[in-house]
Amino acid sequence: MSTFFLLLILLFGFLITFQIAKASEYVGVIRGEKKNFEQHNRINGFLMIVFLVLGLIGVYWCNELFKGRILGESASKHGEEIDKMLYITIAITGVVFVITQVLLFWFAYKYQYSEKRKAHYFPHDNRLEVIWTVVPAIALTVLVGFGLFYWFRITGDAPQDALQIEVTGKQFGWIFRYPGHDQVFGKKYYQNISDKDNNQLGLIWDDAAAHDDVVVNNEMYCVVNRPVKLIIGSRDVIHDVGLAYFRQKMDAVPGTPTTLWFTPKFTTEEMKKKLNNPDFVYEISCDQMCGKGHYTMRGVITVVTNEEYHLWLAKQKPNYAMVMQDKAPAAPAAPAAGPVADSTKTTAKN
Amino acid sequence: MSNEATLHGHPEVQTVHEVHHDEHGVHHHKETFITKYVFSQDHKMISKQFLITGMIWAIIGGLMSVLFRLQLGYPDAHFQFLEDILGSKWAKGGQIQPEFYYALVTMHGTILVFFVLTGGLSGTFANFLIPLQIGARDMASPFLNMLSYWFFLGASVVMLSSLFIATGPASGGWTSYPPLSALGDASEGSKTGMDLWIISMAMFVISSLLGGLNYISTVLNMRTKGMSMTRMPLTIWALLFTAVLGVLSFPVLLSGFILLLFDRHAGTSFYLSDIFLTETNKALPNEGGSAILYQHLFWFLGHPEVYIIILPAMGLVSEVMSVNARKPIFGYMAMVGSLFAIAILAFLVWAHHMFVTGLNPFLGSIFVLLTLLIAVPSAIKVFNWLTTLWRGNIRFTPAMLFAIGFVSTFISGGLTGIFLGNSTLDIQLHDTMFVIAHFHIVMGVSGILGMFAGIYHWFPKMYGRYMNNTLSYIHFWVTLVGAYLIFWPMHYEGLAGMPRRYFDYSQWLSFNQFGGLNRFISTVAMITFAVQLLFVFNFFYSIFKGRRVMTRNPWGATTLEWTAPIRPGHGNWPGDIPEVHRWPYDYAKDGRDFIPQTEPLGPNESAH
Repeated sequence: MSTFFLLLILLFGFLITFQIAKASEYVGVIRGEKKNFEQHNRINGFLMIVFLVLGLIGVYWCNELFKGRILGESASKHGEEIDKMLYITIAITGVVFVITQVLLFWFAYKYQYSEKRKAHYFPHDNRLEVIWTVVPAIALTVLVGFGLFYWFRITGDAPQDALQIEVTGKQFGWIFRYPGHDQVFGKKYYQNISDKDNNQLGLIWDDAAAHDDVVVNNEMYCVVNRPVKLIIGSRDVIHDVGLAYFRQKMDAVPGTPTTLWFTPKFTTEEMKKKLNNPDFVYEISCDQMCGKGHYTMRGVITVVTNEEYHLWLAKQKPNYAMVMQDKAPAAPAAPAAGPVADSTKTTAKN
Repeated sequence: MSNEATLHGHPEVQTVHEVHHDEHGVHHHKETFITKYVFSQDHKMISKQFLITGMIWAIIGGLMSVLFRLQLGYPDAHFQFLEDILGSKWAKGGQIQPEFYYALVTMHGTILVFFVLTGGLSGTFANFLIPLQIGARDMASPFLNMLSYWFFLGASVVMLSSLFIATGPASGGWTSYPPLSALGDASEGSKTGMDLWIISMAMFVISSLLGGLNYISTVLNMRTKGMSMTRMPLTIWALLFTAVLGVLSFPVLLSGFILLLFDRHAGTSFYLSDIFLTETNKALPNEGGSAILYQHLFWFLGHPEVYIIILPAMGLVSEVMSVNARKPIFGYMAMVGSLFAIAILAFLVWAHHMFVTGLNPFLGSIFVLLTLLIAVPSAIKVFNWLTTLWRGNIRFTPAMLFAIGFVSTFISGGLTGIFLGNSTLDIQLHDTMFVIAHFHIVMGVSGILGMFAGIYHWFPKMYGRYMNNTLSYIHFWVTLVGAYLIFWPMHYEGLAGMPRRYFDYSQWLSFNQFGGLNRFISTVAMITFAVQLLFVFNFFYSIFKGRRVMTRNPWGATTLEWTAPIRPGHGNWPGDIPEVHRWPYDYAKDGRDFIPQTEPLGPNESAH
């Protein structure tokens, strides 16, 4: 019912506006076209300056309102560089923005039609044109210079001691894999994937390196102040690992692994205190459209101290062990199944 | 304003003053209702067909944005009327469902980018202005021109029909990245809806190519006597470069779509590799494809596409601004040069959409350089527009207001492009609301403001009547203010890392702080949309009831279209086509308000 009324009000609004508009046209005809035109021109010229002033105030006000909400200090060292770059860019573009908008609306106001004014015939001026070709070119060179300097630092190779974690996206969640004691990720093949048999990533059990790999869902642990390198992939469609607090982002593409690395600066606990928010967690958002559950594809990164990390890792059971445990009752029938505990020996399954 | 133009025109031209000029057309032929309004080969009628089809699409596409803004602004509300209209599959309990939400955003993007701002904008003004402003009787091939419209309409019909099928229209985003778009099991919208989307887009590409080839050959071959390339109005230059961009880049898009079609139905693996679908619990046999290949093919068109949208708007704005500032456009050659530079660079920047796809960082750095380079010609254009206003004598006709609005939004959106083009910042901003804000301001809003400027300015030439000024002023101010209120705060959401294409942010700790802002944006979006309907009403009402145009040259413009009769017939000029003697921007020269292009240089006069 309220919808109906809303539509009715809208319709009336239309009708009234239209009637006023029509009447004003008649008035214009009666009053004389020229006089009418001059009045309209003055009103619009005035509105130009009103728009400029209110607009600039609005921009300032909007900035005051929201500047506290743009995530605050970066939680990674790379993020600091990105933030620095952001502020350099805001400063340069901000100056250009204010100057050009002021000139635009001020000129429009100042040079509005007047019977006394004659437009100035000014078709070109090479000197001026060279100036505003060269000045933007220089400003942009500065921005490109800074940008690429940081870009290569961020996208460069991860340090040798970086913690390596494999991240795999699927519709709609995240799977993380840790290489285990041997620090080597076991081989995998997507045709082996089976959610039923608890092999989400399609690990090849023939490969001994896979036996101690730890696979967990949706929550990832990493160590504060230790670089972490994510090896990113996808099981189905393209996803994207978006880490707003760490200022990082990388697509997860099926068939083509990608990487990113960063160094977390604060543990989750520290962030809770810092932001005064006991519920705080680092979230992983999927930033590439991946289907109807795209907006629910949430992961969590828990940044902890080194000791806490090792405690946590020690508690995790390798994927292989879990699979073998599940299989255990039926296992004796399998012809070549080796002892479960012996993870160093290659075991043939199927 | 003045009738001066006709005084200096050709004597045989000015003697003719009837409203219906068909009899005087050079191509004298019998016209029935069908040949005049439906299968018309007259460029002016085809242009109106494009315009009105584009307007219908704009209303549909705009309405879609209102629907999904309703969801973003009020994620918990129940709107019973939505279920009544859309049914329980798409709007169960009056709440938009995720599948439907994604279908809406996908269709909104496709419709606005291709059907409104490419078909509607280029189709309308290239068809209308090219023959009239260069002094030609019609396009090089009126028949291909007609086909171009009918392929466009065909594409429209197919796209529209996809809204009504059981599995819904395509819903993988307007970019339709595979594997999502290739696999029906990954998403409902990737079933039949995606096939229809591809078929529709293929027809659209054909339409665009037929149109583009026609525009290019007409501009190059059919200019009237004296109309050298450097005497062409900037509108024509812009439309020429637009057509070149389209002809060179649309085929690449089509090839990308065909490969996608093969992957969907022929079992090929161009884009598919290593895929296991949770939905069916099966691994696909495809191996060795690259999902990123599609993105290269797509953006090789996709980036020139944004210039296909913005260049015509730039051309229209340059022309409107010069006419209404009563001053020559500043730096004509620089304007042409910068259009040219933009057209070249448009082909060399596509991978800046792909900085975070795992692209080689070195390759990324090259694209950063080329991308930021494009800001230089854009800056030249902005400064030239500002200088055109400087010391002018400005008439705020509705068209002029929109032209000024265009420059304002082009500056705002262009500057945020410098953020996104810089790969370092793109890491944080990629695929966030910042991107939405950026391209809506610089491409969507600017494109549409430029289009409005064009419509208001050439409406008297199209229909022989004026639009209502008061409604136009209301339309302008609400649209400009609304656009800024909608998109300016969105930048802050993006800076906070808030991802785009989310159905609901409430479960996210990092992003749910913007609920109030989203409600505000949604409300403004609805008001702004309602005011666009006011424009639509004004447009159609004025076609039939608007104040009649009594003089040939109501704006006091120099260009050729204003020397044609008020309602030109097929063939445009009765008698000979006027000859051109000067550039199109002789305003305020030698103490005269304006000098039409048809007037020979005086004995002591120098060319500009």
